This record gives sequence, structure tokens and C-alpha cells, in this order.
Amino acid sequence: MAAPQQDSKFIELKPFTDEMIVSMGPQHPSTHGVLRLELKLDGEIVRDAIPHIGYLHRCFEKHSENLSYQQIIPFTDRMDYIAAMNMNWGFCLAVEELMAAEEGKFPGVPERGEYLRILIGELNRIGSHLLSFGTYGMDIGAFTPFLYAFRDREKILLLFEKICGARLTYNYIRVGGVSRDTPPGFMDEVKEFIDYFEPQIDLYNSLLTANRIFIERTANVAVMDTEMAINYGITGPNLRGAGLQWDLRKDEPYSIYDRFDFDVPVGRDIPEVGVVAGDCWNRYKVRMDEMKESVRIIRQILDSGLPDGPVQAELKAVRPPKGEIFHRSEAPRGELGFYIISDGTPKPVRVKAKSPCFTALSALQELSRGLMVADIIAIIGSIDIVMGEVDR
Amino acid sequence: MTPQEIYENLKDKFEESIVSFEEDVADPFIVIATESIADVAQHLAEDEGLAFDFLMCLSGVDLGAKDSNFYVVYHLYSMTHRHKLVLKLVLPKEEEPHVSTVEHIWRTANWHEREAYDLFGVIFDGHSDLRRILLPDDWEGYPMRKDYTEPEFYRGMRVPY
Repeated sequence: MAAPQQDSKFIELKPFTDEMIVSMGPQHPSTHGVLRLELKLDGEIVRDAIPHIGYLHRCFEKHSENLSYQQIIPFTDRMDYIAAMNMNWGFCLAVEELMAAEEGKFPGVPERGEYLRILIGELNRIGSHLLSFGTYGMDIGAFTPFLYAFRDREKILLLFEKICGARLTYNYIRVGGVSRDTPPGFMDEVKEFIDYFEPQIDLYNSLLTANRIFIERTANVAVMDTEMAINYGITGPNLRGAGLQWDLRKDEPYSIYDRFDFDVPVGRDIPEVGVVAGDCWNRYKVRMDEMKESVRIIRQILDSGLPDGPVQAELKAVRPPKGEIFHRSEAPRGELGFYIISDGTPKPVRVKAKSPCFTALSALQELSRGLMVADIIAIIGSIDIVMGEVDR
Repeated sequence: MTPQEIYENLKDKFEESIVSFEEDVADPFIVIATESIADVAQHLAEDEGLAFDFLMCLSGVDLGAKDSNFYVVYHLYSMTHRHKLVLKLVLPKEEEPHVSTVEHIWRTANWHEREAYDLFGVIFDGHSDLRRILLPDDWEGYPMRKDYTEPEFYRGMRVPY
């Protein structure tokens, strides 16, 4: 029999299938909150991923204009509710710097207050990275790390409950210090937790970090180099994962971070397993290493002990002079900036929160083009967003 | 570079675009003419001595009824030289506020400008995708303006609480 004739109508000229639009979210377990992604798919390949945000928008900035400075602090809790202590702290630092612009207006935070702020801030950083580690494992398909992470995060939440009475939205760090001193025996409990927790990090690493399946899913996926990261305004572990040693605690030390000894972990190439600086695996690994550094900082506080004295500065009123300030601090998810304009009245004229997750999410579209649908999950988990902070 | 040196550098190149320079405040800032923002931004990013590669924040500002202007404020940082700069634009309230986009210089400006458009109604000319970002697409008005009053109802839902 003769071979069928080579007719152009039998030859597939267009190897692509039809483009399909899939809406991922807003209620989707791996989008870490209410995020909707409009995916344009060509089979399994993502041609475009357009994020739609704003489902948690509460207009924090408008609220702030109608509240006094102390009343705004609980609102900052509700931005990044995973690391609420660091949100309180970032806002208070900005207000304090604005007040310090006028001579004699702000006496400075007492020593004990500064130490407590760092202790609590680093504990919250561990708690935040634990949640990121646990949920990332779950997104990728490993359920066990999630249970381990939440077990240990619970211990941190219990410590927070003892010191300020709340488990999620603390309102603990105030302008001029912190709201309460430690309850009796608190430092012993912190020591007990740190002694227990330090070896756990190695356990986590053996559980997930070095897992062959996990590496296959995350290595060399969505590589972001430092040039792209800086251009997108990306900060925190996502920037360090790209290989740039940049940490505000080291490079622009605020509070008393310059007295502590710690390293800044960065992403790196590991050719044996195919890991490239700036990929999902490195962004994840930086967080694991940062937990160790936080433990180091807390150990130094435990060794030196908290200095005696008050925890809160004596302030007549929280009423910054006329002026404006932009202050940024290193929250677990990157640089949290507050731009505050004051006209000398008890309420600010304008408060703008520059959220690190907002800028990180804006790079998602470029990161995900040309990858597979399953990689989208790996990217969202690796940039570690909290929608409360994106939408404010 | 100190703010003073940055100002000198800018003045050499953009003599007529600089409106004022405020040095005696916590964050020294330079006010420039609105129409020159794209050129000034290009220069700030490309000049080797300045090298502002990092846009930390872009905010819209409305100071209330006693001020007849809107403002757009850029907080810039240079990762190479570790210096910062605050740029301000003044936009009169009586006309529709228009600003050239800086998205092609710092890609992070894309979402920041969308936010300023969403909440303040500042229109960024040349922006690739100027849509509302935090509010629903069919929302009316710009909530962060001081003279904004919220609608009674949105799609049958009562808005004021």
C-alpha cells in the first residue's frame, strides 16, 4: 500500500494547544490567604500569571489618619499577623525617630526595653519562618514538616501569651519601649525553649531541606538574580536568597543590633544537586539558616541577662513635631517601611506602609512565565507572602 | 553622597527643573518639576556617582483642605553607594493630576503607581497597566483623598459602619 500522501492539512502546523484561562484562588489552600491568580495556560505551561489582590484590603492608611499614634499600633498587628511583633516594632521605630527630630521630645528607649524588643522580635522571626517552612512543605506535598513546625511555633506563642496576653495580635511593642515587663521565670522558659529548639533545626533540615523530592521540585525553579530583585524592590530572605548580603540589622543597624554577633546567610550555587543562587530552594534555605542566627542572638541575650530598669520611657504625650520620616526595619519577610507625615497634632496626616510582600508579589508575574502549573505553587511558597500585609 | 552633593549633581544637569531643596529636616528632600520626573529618574538611575537602583517607596500624599496640592513622593536608595534621596512632585488639585511613569526604570514602580492611582487618582502617563489594584474595578472615587466621602451602598451592600 502506498504511503499516505504528504498533505499539508494532515500536518500539525501549530503545535500549541488552545490557551486556557484558569482562575487560581481566591480560596485556594496554597495561596496563603486570599490571592487570586489569573493563569493563562498552554497545556501545563504557564504563559502568564496575573495576580489580583485586594481581598483583604481594609485601608489601614485611611484608618491611621483618624487615630492617635498609640491607637494605630493594633492596626499594624493586623498587617503581617504572622510576625505582628515586628510590625509593631517597625511602626514604633518610625514614630520614635520622628519624635527624636525635635530636641528633648524623645528620651530614648530604656536598655531593658531594647533588649526585650530584640528578644521578642527574634522569637517572632523564628515563629514566622517556622510557619513558612511548614506550609511550604505542605504546598509541595510533604505533610509531616507542617505538624512539626506548628508544634514548635505553639511554644513560641505560649511564651508570647505569657508576656503580653495575646497569641497573634500582640500590641506589645509601644512607642518608647514595651507595654509590660517579663513575668517571673520568663527568661528561664525562653532558655528552655531555645535549648530544645536549636537541635530541632537540624532535624527539619534532614526532614525537608535535603529531601531529594523537595530539591527536585524547588532547585533551579524561578531563578531571580540580584539585579532583578533590586529592580523589583525585593528585600529580606528573597533578596538574600539571590546571593546579596544585605540585612538592615547589619547594614543600617537600628535599636541595639550592632551589639550582637550574628551572620547574614545568603543563597549559593550547589552544582552537585542542581541548586542555583536565587531559586526557590535558596529562598527557602535562607529562612532555615536565619532561624539559627536568631537563636544565636537570643542566646547572647540569655548569656548577658536583661539589664535592670524600666521597660518603657516616660513620655508626656506621643505627639511628634511637624515633619515627616521614612523609616525601614528588617521584618521576617523583608524591609518594612513606614512613611509618616505629622503636622504636630496627636494624629498623623499620612501614614504609608511599604510592605515587603507587596513588592515580592509584584515579581510573581515575571518569575512564573514559561514554567509549569505546579511550579507556581513552589514560587508562591518560596516568596513567603502574607496577604494581610499585601493588602493592608 | 550627602543630600547636598546629590543636589549639586542634579542642579548641574537639571538647573531649571529643580523647584526647591529642603535640607533642614529629618529626611532632606528635593522638589522637582512634575514634567521632568522621567528624565531626572533616568539620570538618577544611570549616573555612576548616584546609581539609585532601588525604589524603596512611592507614595501619594494629600495634606487636606488647607493645602491646594497633591504630592507624589519617591524614596530612593542606592545599594552600591548606600545613600538615599527623597524626591517630591507637586500636583495642583484643581486639575487632574498627571505624572510620567518611572516603571521602565524601576519595575517595582508598576504596582506602587497602580496603588497611588487607586487610592489618590494620580494618573501615571505611559504606565503599561494602569488599573485599580486594591479596590474593586468598579469602585467610585479615590478613598485616600481627604475630601472623599464613601458611597452609601456598593452593589447592595451598606458601606459605612
